[in-house]
Amino acid sequence: MKSRLFSLFAGALFGVGLSIGGMTRPEKVVGFLDVTGLWDPSLAFVMGGAIAVHFVLFRVVLRRKAPLFDDHFHLPTRRDADPRLFVGAAIFGIGWALGGFCPGPGLASAAAGVFPAIVFVAAMTAGMLLEHATTARTHSRMEGWPWTSRRSTTPRPSP
Amino acid sequence: MIDFESFTPVSALVGGALIGLSASLVLLSHGKIAGISGIYGGLFDPAARDQAFRGWFIGGLLLSGLVVRVVWPGAFQSAAVASLGVTAIAGLLVGFGTRLGNGCTSGHGVCGLSRLSPRSLFATLSFVGTGVLSVHVVRHILAVSP
Repeated sequence: MKSRLFSLFAGALFGVGLSIGGMTRPEKVVGFLDVTGLWDPSLAFVMGGAIAVHFVLFRVVLRRKAPLFDDHFHLPTRRDADPRLFVGAAIFGIGWALGGFCPGPGLASAAAGVFPAIVFVAAMTAGMLLEHATTARTHSRMEGWPWTSRRSTTPRPSP
Repeated sequence: MIDFESFTPVSALVGGALIGLSASLVLLSHGKIAGISGIYGGLFDPAARDQAFRGWFIGGLLLSGLVVRVVWPGAFQSAAVASLGVTAIAGLLVGFGTRLGNGCTSGHGVCGLSRLSPRSLFATLSFVGTGVLSVHVVRHILAVSP
């Protein structure tokens, strides 16, 4: 129960941060990417603020032996960049620029009833299913965590 | 040229700090990376585990949208940036690309860069690069208005 409340609270806090930061306004996202036109640098400050906090707290949290509701941390260990990572991120960037939504703000905006965001989330879900259907077998989804390394195969009891 | 009229550095920093705090809570509670595309996409992946965490986290994210809508409607889209057709194509690209590239703005941009992950730096440069290029093409070469 505590674990679920934690998850719910973290999700809500994430969404509130996105809203306050301006990420839920596609016009602001496109303004940020419009470096060659009239550039709105705000979103660099969102990312900067998030990294400043997480950079420190990440290191504080990792002093623990394990997280609160699990027996070990699930951190990616791969460090090599591959074409798939590059191509996937490149495709994501084009979509981000065209619609002004990335996944988090798209979901929060859809819940808020913003119609283009509902269209976006439906299409995004279809795009994810398409990726799972076409390329899921070519790479590891061990532990269900897409960032997880192929090497970490330790079985884990469910909480 | 910088668009000083739209520039909101203080709210951007505050919002960003809350995102960083949320990502830290996810790490503290579940030991995971707070990457939205991974958490959400896993809900549709039969091989994925931790569906309760995914469901409750995404539930919280959706709840925030509902609540913010009531207390501050101005937080959401006020001007169209694309037609619905283009928005649908954008969604397909974002869904496919984030799964193929193992992350989005949060997983690579926030969590990955905080961890100093070379893969996430590579991915972030890639998606910001194609994003800047795409906006340049749409706005300044094709001059499409929504």
